[in-house]
Amino acid sequence: MTDQPDNPLRETLADAISSNEVILFMKGTPEQPMCGFSARVCAALTATETQFAAVDVLADPRIRQELSSLSNWPTIPQLFVHGELVGGADIVGQMYESGELAAVLGAPATSAAEPLPESAAPGSAPPLQIENRLS
Amino acid sequence: MPTVTEVKQRIETGIPGAQAEVSSDDEVHFTARVVASNFAGLSLVEQHRIVYSIFDEGELGGSIHALALTTETQ
Repeated sequence: MTDQPDNPLRETLADAISSNEVILFMKGTPEQPMCGFSARVCAALTATETQFAAVDVLADPRIRQELSSLSNWPTIPQLFVHGELVGGADIVGQMYESGELAAVLGAPATSAAEPLPESAAPGSAPPLQIENRLS
Repeated sequence: MPTVTEVKQRIETGIPGAQAEVSSDDEVHFTARVVASNFAGLSLVEQHRIVYSIFDEGELGGSIHALALTTETQ
């Protein structure tokens, strides 16, 4: 697959990543995650009291395809902080447990990370709807 | 569908000197812990990218529905 010279979806994704301090691409929404891995990342962000934008990649299969070629990361979820890919569910979970996630997010350091619940707590931040410019 | 042994061999072949512990209950969802000296100095994202790059496009999320991954330098 080669890049399209004019790719509005990719531009929209790149813009969403650069203009949101913390943005999570996930399956489903923070309120209703459709995948356990996405739920885990939401739970970690909620536990660190982070406001985050969320994009549901299930809304359009092209989002996932473009995102993965943009980020060079094959799977969902993908967490970006300050425009940089922090990782997927494994890395975010590992960083949450080590306290590194709070540091990256600039959240107040907690003495010890609580184990994440199996299912995600409802997210406090409203999910971002990225504008669908596809015909 | 790849077996646990195949996934382990592919990781260890793909990353010289790496040691992989791979497990799976259903040979669709895999868990892997990969230790490689090659990971030294790389971020976790870069380490995971190296492991992911071993697999074909569409394989992760396809025949390998999920690969829960932990990477360590030593």
